[in-house]
Amino acid sequence: MDLGLDVEERDGFAVLSVRGEVDVYTAPRFRERLIELVSEGKHKIIVDLEGVDFLDSTGLGVLVGGLKRLRSHDGDLLLVCTQSRILKVFEITGLTKVFSIFDSVDAAVSGGADGGAAT
Amino acid sequence: MNDNDLAGGEVIELEIPARAEFVALARLVVSALAASDSSLADERIDDLKLAVSEACTNAIEAHSAAGTSEGVLVRCKAGVDTVEVYVEDRGHGFDPAQLPDHPPVTDPDRLKFERGLGIPLIRALVDEVEFSPTDKGTSVRLVMRHGTNGTHS
Repeated sequence: MDLGLDVEERDGFAVLSVRGEVDVYTAPRFRERLIELVSEGKHKIIVDLEGVDFLDSTGLGVLVGGLKRLRSHDGDLLLVCTQSRILKVFEITGLTKVFSIFDSVDAAVSGGADGGAAT
Repeated sequence: MNDNDLAGGEVIELEIPARAEFVALARLVVSALAASDSSLADERIDDLKLAVSEACTNAIEAHSAAGTSEGVLVRCKAGVDTVEVYVEDRGHGFDPAQLPDHPPVTDPDRLKFERGLGIPLIRALVDEVEFSPTDKGTSVRLVMRHGTNGTHS
């Protein structure tokens, strides 16, 4: 099972685009990539979930861990997601209130810079 | 579990090695059977797929904690109106009532919880869930019915 993890820079943010299925098998790679970015000094990270086909609680765990790690560095982790079946997982677990979730990378870049969020 | 529970409808039974890479296979098999043999809407099949993923992940972790190399049994029965999935592990068992409650999402301590979201997700996603001890471990029964409206939390 392939998990795509591509990183690009956007206006001071590292944008990590995730593609494929995030579950107990692929989540460790996702976690490692996030930890790598933080240790490279990237403390403002946007995780783009638009290419994700499936995400379960192990994926949520990686994101919660990443947010915690970034906040301890005075950074932030913003999410991009418009897919209802993925958003549903955040809604059920109440994590929509923990994460700032944006409709696009552009919105996250401008929203995150203002310290505001769409949700 | 007895065979009466699975009377009628197509049944697929598979034993997956208790390793992370096989959870995707369990998801695939259950969603393929539900899609071909039941009248569940796609959205509900996605919910079931997620619940199966959570149950299999817990089973694999239970096997790892118990140090067993046995497989995890996944049994799926799809009738037109009901899809039933059993995930049986040979771990040491657990009591779902003993799971700690998460702090409210507005509490900064909420971020201390990276795990433990699987069971609340299962409960919210399927129409019926039952955790039963077996002589070897735990059996999780997930039921989805056609005509119910999905997420009930």
